[in-house]
Amino acid sequence: MSEVRFGQAINRALADAMAADESVVLFGEDVAAPGGPFGVTRGLLDRFGAERVRDTPISEAAIVGAAVGAAMSGLKPVVEIMFMDFVTLSMDALVNQAAKARFMFGGQYALPMVVRLPHGGGINAGPQHSQCLEAWLAHVPGLKVVCPATVADAYALTRAAIADPDPVIVVENKSLYAVKGELPESMPNVTIGKADIARPGRDATIVTYGAMRDVSLAAASALAKDGIEAEVVDLRSLQPWDETAVLASLARTHRLVIAHEAVEAFGIGAEIAARMADIGFDELDGPIVRVGAPFMPVPFAKELEARYRPDATRIADAVRRTLA
Amino acid sequence: MAATSHTGNGQFPDAGTPVQFTRDEELTAYREMLLIRRFEEKAGQLYGMGFIGGFCHLYIGQEAVVVGMQMAIKPGDQVITTYRDHGHMLATGMDAKGVMAELTGRSGGYSRGKGGSMHMFSKEKNFYGGHGIVGANVPLGAGLAFANKYRGNDNVCLTYFGDGAANQGQVYEAFNMAKLWHLPVIFIIENNRYAMGTAIERAAATTDFSRRGASFDIPGEQVDGMDVRAVRAAGERAVKRARAGEGPCILEMLTYRYRGHSMSDPAKYRTREEVERVREERDPIERVRRRMLEAGMIKEDELKKIDGEIRSIVNAAAEFAQNDPEPDASELWTDVLLPA
Repeated sequence: MSEVRFGQAINRALADAMAADESVVLFGEDVAAPGGPFGVTRGLLDRFGAERVRDTPISEAAIVGAAVGAAMSGLKPVVEIMFMDFVTLSMDALVNQAAKARFMFGGQYALPMVVRLPHGGGINAGPQHSQCLEAWLAHVPGLKVVCPATVADAYALTRAAIADPDPVIVVENKSLYAVKGELPESMPNVTIGKADIARPGRDATIVTYGAMRDVSLAAASALAKDGIEAEVVDLRSLQPWDETAVLASLARTHRLVIAHEAVEAFGIGAEIAARMADIGFDELDGPIVRVGAPFMPVPFAKELEARYRPDATRIADAVRRTLA
Repeated sequence: MAATSHTGNGQFPDAGTPVQFTRDEELTAYREMLLIRRFEEKAGQLYGMGFIGGFCHLYIGQEAVVVGMQMAIKPGDQVITTYRDHGHMLATGMDAKGVMAELTGRSGGYSRGKGGSMHMFSKEKNFYGGHGIVGANVPLGAGLAFANKYRGNDNVCLTYFGDGAANQGQVYEAFNMAKLWHLPVIFIIENNRYAMGTAIERAAATTDFSRRGASFDIPGEQVDGMDVRAVRAAGERAVKRARAGEGPCILEMLTYRYRGHSMSDPAKYRTREEVERVREERDPIERVRRRMLEAGMIKEDELKKIDGEIRSIVNAAAEFAQNDPEPDASELWTDVLLPA
């Protein structure tokens, strides 16, 4: 067991995957010599060489397109898109090529590629460097989407994504990169699609992921002072998502809040709410309440951004609302 | 590689010194081109009869391009293209039955009825599709070439696209990356003069597509894409260069499609006379046929025999494609992701 930062855990996962499998290669802007804009790929160029750790031109469409081609021929490219906002430039390669290859080519080819997308984070990065667009990707059949919230999951989900035979999007919240946590020496393999109960509770369920896990835990602590025991379910994987675990939690608590940093409208929370209103209808004793960002671009000014991002107070208020 | 001919107006370049084919080579080219022609004619018929739905883009007129290029490569080299892809598949040796059955959406099709005309694939033949988004296959081709380079083999990737795709942005991102990383990729621009219904002069600020790599120092060549010998010769030069680690190049194939963009296109944007003139003066199959007869390489009855053989392959494919069962309903749920 050692204490490392979230970004270092991803770095270790990349290094271990590369050491174990020569077909793993890294593509991205500034990932090699500069070590990545957030330092996630630092040291990998020295250890694995320029053939495997490649600084690319600023060409998101071609980076992901080339990764699709390389993956078709059996390599396992891991692509970093510097900010999730820039994935808009690679959507054709992801949505039309990567996601459909297995299906439209009659199952002859798998596409073992990973795209890492730093999102959100409240780091004062402004409207075009701060978005949480994971719902777009979770909407596309043929892509998997994971979003680690802890140091251990940062390692485990990155390894699982690289080991997966299909294209996997790893969404990393920028505010988590510097967070420290325990990373066991030997990590068990995790299965993509399994949620984690971050805190058990009997009165209400808060379903969340990514950076909102810690915020939800803070909300749960605050609620506990008032005698309200909230259960926090960290999804870890958004596509597929652990419907069974969420339904089981709802069956224990009968109240459901969903919290994420992405805008509330048409988001991951909407999908979960709709499913639970259907298959969990008999378990519900209150309205399903969503907590997300308001329906507007991410503002730059610190004060405005702080008001924009969901916080523990808003999540706790949502729990109180569903209990009222 | 020197750019040999820049006519700049999309006219067919002068033949120059003809590259002679042996009898075997002429016959191979003839057979392969004729197979594509007859296959496509049959596909057109089946479409008209309602056996093929959706989109269907015929390759008739352009046969010399894929056949000549295929004669320039070796096993292990990859081929990737856009949606006018039936000819490419047949040229790589994919089975006519499997291709036709995919057009009719049957379970014996290459994509088991889930891809259709624009989306087929063969791991065995190194054919990587069959892509419906114009230009999107170009970065993929660069990625396939990257994999060759990474593995240290000397295989090359033939990446085909049209004059229309040559105006897409991601093509130039891929050009830059391919040159920067010296990737063994041949960019083959099949200039058939029309981007769907828009003539090249109306869609492109510059119509000499062989020069589209100039900013990246990618050499280019305009080739008479209606002459299978010229295509193979240009292909061999490009492939040799790429195998030797000298990076990408562009071959602009000056060609022509006789049919509309797709089956639903009456092609009213050009005159009947224009099409007839190319058919009469430039037809890639007729040129080989005439050449062989004039040189006394072959007799009429031998050619008739070949024509008959090709017809029976195509008829058998059509028969199969009409009688093969539809995909089972359970197939709807397969091959989205590998089951966990």
